[in-house]
Amino acid sequence: MISFTVNNKTYQLDLDPNMPLLWALRDVVGLTGTKYGCGVAQCGACVVHLDGEAVRSCITKLSRVAGKHVTTIEGLSEKNDHPLQQAWAAVDVPQCGYCHSGQIMSAAVLLREKPNPSDEDIDNAMAGNICRCGTYLRIRKAIHLAAELQQKTSER
Amino acid sequence: MNIPTFDKKDLKNVSSQIFKASRRDFLKIGGMLAGSFALGVSFFSCNEKGEKISSLAPNVYLQITSKGEVIIIAHRSEMGQGIRTSLPLIVADELGADWHKVRIVQAEGDEKKYGSQNTDGSFSVRMFYKPMREAGAVAKLLLIQAAVKLWQVPIEECDTAKNQVVHKASGKAIDFGELIESAKNSPIPRIQDIKLKERQQFTLIGKATPIIDLHEIVSGTAVFGIDAVVDNMKIAVIKRCPVLGGKVKSYDDKKALAVPGVLKVIPIKGGDIPPTIEKPLSGVAVIAANTWAAIKGRDLLDVTWDLGEHATYNSAQQLEELSKEVLKKGTLRRNRGNFDQAKAQAKKVIEHTYIAPYLAHGTIEPPNALAVVKDGKCEVWAPTQHPQGARDAIAQFLGISAEDVKVNVTLLGGGFGRKSKPDFIVEAALLAKESGFPIKVQWTREDDLHHDFFHALSVQRITATIDQNNQISGWNHHIAYPSISATFDASVLQPADGELGQGASDFPYNVPAVRVETHDAKAHLRIGWLRSVRNIPQVFAIATMLDELAEARGIDPVQQALSLLGDDRSITFDEEMVNGKYGNYGEDISTYPWETARMKKVIERVAKEAGWGKKLPAGSGLGFAAHKSFLTYVACIVEVKVGPDNKINIPHVHYAVDCGTAVNTDRIKSQFEGGAQFSTSIALKSEITVENGAVVQNNFDAYQIVRMPESPQQIHVHIVDSEAKPTGVGEPPVPPFTPALCNAIYAATGKRIYRLPIDLKEQRSY
Repeated sequence: MISFTVNNKTYQLDLDPNMPLLWALRDVVGLTGTKYGCGVAQCGACVVHLDGEAVRSCITKLSRVAGKHVTTIEGLSEKNDHPLQQAWAAVDVPQCGYCHSGQIMSAAVLLREKPNPSDEDIDNAMAGNICRCGTYLRIRKAIHLAAELQQKTSER
Repeated sequence: MNIPTFDKKDLKNVSSQIFKASRRDFLKIGGMLAGSFALGVSFFSCNEKGEKISSLAPNVYLQITSKGEVIIIAHRSEMGQGIRTSLPLIVADELGADWHKVRIVQAEGDEKKYGSQNTDGSFSVRMFYKPMREAGAVAKLLLIQAAVKLWQVPIEECDTAKNQVVHKASGKAIDFGELIESAKNSPIPRIQDIKLKERQQFTLIGKATPIIDLHEIVSGTAVFGIDAVVDNMKIAVIKRCPVLGGKVKSYDDKKALAVPGVLKVIPIKGGDIPPTIEKPLSGVAVIAANTWAAIKGRDLLDVTWDLGEHATYNSAQQLEELSKEVLKKGTLRRNRGNFDQAKAQAKKVIEHTYIAPYLAHGTIEPPNALAVVKDGKCEVWAPTQHPQGARDAIAQFLGISAEDVKVNVTLLGGGFGRKSKPDFIVEAALLAKESGFPIKVQWTREDDLHHDFFHALSVQRITATIDQNNQISGWNHHIAYPSISATFDASVLQPADGELGQGASDFPYNVPAVRVETHDAKAHLRIGWLRSVRNIPQVFAIATMLDELAEARGIDPVQQALSLLGDDRSITFDEEMVNGKYGNYGEDISTYPWETARMKKVIERVAKEAGWGKKLPAGSGLGFAAHKSFLTYVACIVEVKVGPDNKINIPHVHYAVDCGTAVNTDRIKSQFEGGAQFSTSIALKSEITVENGAVVQNNFDAYQIVRMPESPQQIHVHIVDSEAKPTGVGEPPVPPFTPALCNAIYAATGKRIYRLPIDLKEQRSY
C-alpha cells in the first residue's frame, strides 16, 4: 500500500512501487490533465509538483512519492486562476494544447523561485518542455505577463 | 498515381444549399432541444457550368434554441490550427450572434451528415468559408423576417447583433429565442435572396479571436484521445515488427503474463505489402489493467520475427545510391525550351546535389484510440484527422457495415498528417473485438518513431545555367524519393504528379529552359504526408539554389525573384507537363490561379518589413525565400547569428502572407509562429535513419525537436490585406523558412547548405 496526497486529497493505493507516478495519476487516480509524451523525461508533458518541486512524473516511481504531496495541473489553483493560467489565456498561448499542463507546471516553479525572470531564466527553466506546435514565443510572453500579475496581486 | 487526395476531388467547386434540419438529424449529437430550430447546410459539387453533379449530404448544423442559445457544430478536427474556433466564428459573424454565448459542439464522423471531414491539406477554411457565411445569413434572414412580422417595419431597416434582431429607427430589439417559433415555420430563403455582410460590417472575420478551448486546456480538463475513458476499459500496448512487411513467426508470452495487471496477450495479423494507411502492422498485443503493466508486459514479450525483404535496408546506403542516380537521365516530367542548348551556350553552370532525411511527425500526443465492440457494433474515441476514413476502415476490418461504426473525434494533441491515417484505430477495434474488453491502444513514443508514416528521404540535383547576358537560361531539376503512392501500391517507384506539384513542377519563374526529371526510389518504410509534404525538400533545394544564382549573377536575391516572376499574370503549368497534370492542390487553376502579382506583393512586403539590405555585424546575416503552397503566397526573411562555436541563433523571422481574406488573424499568426518552429526542427534538428530495416531513433533524445532556447526569438507575421477567396495557413509557413535560414547562414558565414539537418561542422559539398 502506497500513501500520498494528490491536490490535497489522500490516496492509499495498492500498486507496483515501480509504477511511474504518471500512470498512477492517469489510470488509477483518474486525473488526466498530466500528459504522456515520451516516458523518458525528454518532453516535459508530464511535469507535476512533488512537495513543491517540478518532477517528471513519467520517471518518478511511486516508491519515491510515498508520504509526499503531489500537485497536478488540476490542483494548481482553486479556480484555475493562477497567474500563469490567466496569462496563458490572455496571450492565447496554446495551439493543440496537449503540452501546456506540463509547460504551466514547469513555469509555476520558475515563478516561485524567480518572481521576475529574464528571458534567459525562462529559456533555462523551460528547455525541458517540448511544444511540437511551436508556441515557445507565446509561452515566454505569458510567463512575463504572469510575473506582472503575480506582483500586482502581492502588492495588493 | 497522384498523392491520395481521398475525397477532396468531390469537394471541388463546392456549392451549398440550406435546409431545415429535423429532430432526427440531431439525434446523434445529443438530440435537438425542444422548441429550437436548426439549419443544415448540404454541400454538392458542381461541374464547370455550375450544374449539380453529386450530392454530398448535409454537412454543417446551426441550431438556435428557444432560450436564444446559438449552437454550432464543428465538423473538422482540431489539432492546434484553431479550426473549432475559426469556422464557427464565420457563421456567428454573418448571423449576428453573440460570440460569447455561442456553444460549439464537436461532430462525430459521419459522412452522410457532414460530408467529408478529412482535415488535412490546409483546406478547411478554403472550402467552407462561403457555405458557413451563407448558413449564418440564411438564419439571420429568417429571424429578421419573424421580427418584421411582429413589428410591421420595413425589412431593410432591421439588422442583427449580439443574439438580437434590432430595429434602429425605433430602438426595438428582440432576442433570437423569442423569434424561434415564428422563424421555424417560415420557408427557407433561397441563397440568391440572402445578402452577405460587406467586409466593413464584419465583427469577427478578419479580427483576432481567442480559441474556444482555452479554459479547458489551461485547467487540464480538455479531452484528448488519450484521456477518453469508458467503464471496464483495458489498455493495450503492442510490440510491432521493426521492419516493414515483417511478420510474427512465434512468440513466448509467459513472462508478460506474469506481470501483475496483465490480462491477455493477443497476436495481431498484419504486415502486408503494400502497407496502406489502414492495415495494422504484424505484432503482439499485451492487454492490461493499466498502461504501466501493459508497457512492462510488452517489454517482456519474446517474439521471433520473419523480417522479410526490407531487413537489409539501410537509409545511408539508399542516399548514396540515389546520389548517383540523380546524375543520370531520368523520366521527363516537365519540359520548357531546350535545356541542353542552354547548357551548351552557358557562360556559367552551377550544379549541386541536395539531401534531406526521413522525418517523423512526432505529434506530442502519440497515436492512441479507444474502441468498444458490442453486439456487432463498434464505437471509438480517437484523435483522428479523418473520422470517416477510420469508420470505413473499422467496418472493413471487423466485417460490419459502416453504419454500425461510430467515431467520436476528440481533441488531437498534434496531427501534422499522422492522424489522418487510421491504422492505430483499426488496432483498437480489432483488439476490442478479440478480447471482449473496451480497449484503448496506447502507442509509446518509441512505437511512434519506429512505425510512423514517414516523410521520405530525398536526393535532388539541380543544374542551373547563366547565359552571356547574365540571365538564368536553364534549370534542370532531378528528383529522387520514395513516393507516398508506394504506401498504396508497392510497384510505384517515382514521385506522383501531386508530389512534384509541391514546388518542383510548379517552378514559377521565367527561365527559358526548364526540365524536371524524376528517378526510381524504392519505399522501404511506410511513407506518408507530413505538414507541407514534398514542398519541404523541393523548396529547400530550389530556394537555396536561387540564392546561389543571384550571388553568381551579382544580383540581389529579392530583386532576382521579383524580376524572374515577371509581369503581372496568371501562370499555368499543364502545357509543359509531360504525361501528367499539375494538381493545384485539388483546385481548378482557373478558380485559384497562380498570380505573379500576389507573389510579388508578399515579397515586397517582407523585404520592407525585415529591412532587407540593412547592414548587420560580422557573423550575422539575412536570408530570403518565397514560396506558394496550398494556394497561399508566402515570403520569408530570416535573420541569423552564427557564433564562433557554430551555434545558430535566430533573432528574427519575418513572414508576409497572402491567404486571401483573413478569417482569424490571431490563428493565422499562431500558425506562422508554429510553422517557423516546425521548420526550425527540420532545418537544425530532426533526422530519422534506418539500419537493417529498422528505425534507429527511439525517443526525443535522438529524434530532436527544437526547444525554447534555440527557437527563433521573434517571429513577425505580416498579413497582406486581401479580398480574395480565403486559403489555408496550416502548412504554407513551413517550406520557405528552412531555405531562408540556409541563405541567411550563407550570408553570415559564407557556408552553403546542401544537406539537412544543417551541420556546420560537417560541411560537405555535393
